[in-house]
Amino acid sequence: MSDIGLMNLKLKIWRQKNMTTKGKMVDYKLDGVSPDSSFLEMIDQLNEELVTKGEDPVAFDHDCREGICGMCSLMINGMAHGPESETTTCQLHMRKYKDGDTIVIEPWRARPMPVQKDLVVDRTAFDDIMVAGGFVDINVGSAPDANGLPIGKGNAELSMDAASCIGCAACVAACPNASAMLFVSAKVSQFALLPQGEVEKDQRVLNMVTKMDELGFGNCTNAAECEASCPKGIDISNIARMNREYLAASIKAH
Amino acid sequence: MSVKYLDGKVPEGPLKDKWNKHKFDSKLVNPSNKRKFKVLIVGTGLGGGAAAATLSELGYEVESFTISDSARRAHSIAAQGGINAAKNYPNDGDSIWRLFYDTIKGGDYRSREANVYRLAEVSNNIIDQCVAQGVPFAREYGGVLSNRSFGGAQVSRTFYARGQTGQQLLLGAYSAMMKQVNKGKLKIHTRMEMLDVVIVDGVARGIICRNLITGKISRHWGDAVILASGGYGNVYYLSTNAMASNASAAWRAHKKGAYFANPCFTQIHPTCIPVHGANQSKLTLMSESLRNDGRVWVPKNKDEKRAPNDIPEEDRDYYLERIYPSFGNLVPRDVASRNAKNQCDVGKGVGNTKLAVYLDFRDAIKRDGREAIEAKYGNLFEMYERINDENPYIVPMKIYPAVHYTMGGLWVDYNLESNLKGLFVLGEANFSDHGANRLGASALMQGLADGYFVIPYTIGRHFAEGVSKVDTNHPAFDEAEKTSKEKLDKLLNIQGTKTVDYFHKKLGQVMWDNVGMARNEQGLRKAIEEIPKIREEFWKDVKVTGDFDNLNMELEKANRVADFLEIGELMARDALMRPESCGGHFRDESQTDENEAKRDDENYTHVAAWEFTGVGKEPIRNIEELKFENVKLTQRSYK
Repeated sequence: MSDIGLMNLKLKIWRQKNMTTKGKMVDYKLDGVSPDSSFLEMIDQLNEELVTKGEDPVAFDHDCREGICGMCSLMINGMAHGPESETTTCQLHMRKYKDGDTIVIEPWRARPMPVQKDLVVDRTAFDDIMVAGGFVDINVGSAPDANGLPIGKGNAELSMDAASCIGCAACVAACPNASAMLFVSAKVSQFALLPQGEVEKDQRVLNMVTKMDELGFGNCTNAAECEASCPKGIDISNIARMNREYLAASIKAH
Repeated sequence: MSVKYLDGKVPEGPLKDKWNKHKFDSKLVNPSNKRKFKVLIVGTGLGGGAAAATLSELGYEVESFTISDSARRAHSIAAQGGINAAKNYPNDGDSIWRLFYDTIKGGDYRSREANVYRLAEVSNNIIDQCVAQGVPFAREYGGVLSNRSFGGAQVSRTFYARGQTGQQLLLGAYSAMMKQVNKGKLKIHTRMEMLDVVIVDGVARGIICRNLITGKISRHWGDAVILASGGYGNVYYLSTNAMASNASAAWRAHKKGAYFANPCFTQIHPTCIPVHGANQSKLTLMSESLRNDGRVWVPKNKDEKRAPNDIPEEDRDYYLERIYPSFGNLVPRDVASRNAKNQCDVGKGVGNTKLAVYLDFRDAIKRDGREAIEAKYGNLFEMYERINDENPYIVPMKIYPAVHYTMGGLWVDYNLESNLKGLFVLGEANFSDHGANRLGASALMQGLADGYFVIPYTIGRHFAEGVSKVDTNHPAFDEAEKTSKEKLDKLLNIQGTKTVDYFHKKLGQVMWDNVGMARNEQGLRKAIEEIPKIREEFWKDVKVTGDFDNLNMELEKANRVADFLEIGELMARDALMRPESCGGHFRDESQTDENEAKRDDENYTHVAAWEFTGVGKEPIRNIEELKFENVKLTQRSYK
């Protein structure tokens, strides 16, 4: 048993040197973890030990550590962002674990998002989908007065709900089909619910969905794992909205 | 070497007409010529992202660089509370003049009048632009935009998107960038870190970068270089900045000759989650907007043992409301932070560490109902509970000040151009608009103003004057690449005994203790003595594992901390050489009878723009005099 309150943990972590090398799970022991530490501070602690021993530390993505930048990821014991609902890995705290626990840490796994090193994956595919249509085509300088177009609070709030997506890709990682539909539908919905997005809505949904398919993301089979793992609570009804938008746009296009 | 007196190139004429006149006087680049000019932009936050989108819309060839895996990750995303604009939608007496005045006063009269006025002037365009991009700002039932109040203002001029305003504005700028990528007009280099800026004959002509995934070093040329690389708050190790936020791009430019202005002007944000322990990696901010409804207090009794909810009204000291009756809990950040420190210094702090004060929502919940409070701050309350394991709807929050923002930065003139021609600096990376203290909800405003509405006009002046073409085979590129590579190799080869974080923490402690919320001569001299020692030890004994040709986050960190170890010393020197107190820079030696910051207008109404002379060598303190023609300098009072 460790010092009062501190925990000793067993970690199983995916190690992979780079994109061309094969990876494997490696076991580590980490002692003296404070329950007040965040999950990433726990890995920091491990990395300090590894560097001191002259070993390569575990590479993982992280930045704001406030749950908003979308940089952090990690499959923790098989769950994207760990066990706590609507919480990013950086906001998960070690008080959720107990002394002696074994924790398995893996990267997101999906074909369109290959591992670059250890727990770091390439999420460029999300940018590619955004490039296909995730915007309102208006240049700086031509905007009308901000209050010129009133927007009902209901739709404004729903749009904001969808816009909360942080682009972390937990939805893809959690989905048995590696589908990106929660991500794509959140962006489609944000704009579809606002008059500003109305003008291009047909073209937008067609282009984004086409790009998503092209990149190799799977389809939705209503497993709803995406919604369960989403740290921002993006609602799966966005996918239904996107499907409606897509259908309507497809019919119009023919 | 002698002190230079710098010209901010503020246009002539009445304050209200300066920007319009300047735009008219600036030579234009004709549309078909714009594509012949290439602009390199380092950073994809609000300043850099907005500039990339806008300049490429105008027809320039633009390339953006970010250290993150996507342009959408920049730290602007973490801003919570809101963005100011002088729309006066609530009809409560706001105007461009008032926003200008509040910002100048909030900055304790250490910013340039003309820049601040321009900022207030374009603030309204920003809101229009963002709404048009589909940014889902908060709205009233009638469908119009909502506003709330922020510190240092007596009007409600802050627009917001729940507690995620920075995120929504950044995603707006990011969408605009994606639109330009779609059109083939913008190229974004992700996971690319700028190692050096290339200067040829005093003009910025390109940058050297390292691909963070493959380690490959590359050369990029441009007709102009824009740095929008953020602030240097991570000098303190613990701050609210993101882990990768760094000063390296700005600092490398400084070492190549760009002046660094007012480095001691740092902002300590009053409402952050207190430190939990030695393994803490960063501090989390709770938006200032919470002070709209939360009441800050400490127990009257130093030895108070009762839980906060058991402490009756008569034993609580709502010290901000007591000391500053007219602004109350909404005093500016520097004032709120210093008062929290004062309470803790006299032993009235709360929690285990005694380094915290309460921020209490009991009365607001009683008045407006839990639902109303949840609608405004729900996500912030959840975040607090996740970190602290206490429910702020029931138990008052515990907060303490933390390093949050740096007002200082690379010196720029009215055109946002540094003293090196062709090198422009936007957003937090420059020094220009916030003086000695930034008001809440003004950082987002400044970043977007610089990127959407200022740089598109001022950069044209540079091109219209004509720039000669340089390619990446120029010896200046060879030299910059060589020194950058050597530095990284050296870091990998030291193979000492201590980790990068060890040195970073050590530096952070010296900075927080001596160049923190209150500074004095003795402490500053101590910092100036100690930092070079830590730096020396770092270059002898740091241990960086991993290799050059693969993703190596330890190497990236070492390379950034090496720069912090230099900039920290400059901050202490700047603080020492400014014996007055102003805004966030509080010198114990210079206080009013009521312990407020006391300026020395006669001797220090100027910008200190430091010139690099070599590591460990005394830098030159150049000066830009600040002229106030439109506002009267007064003792800042929020009573």
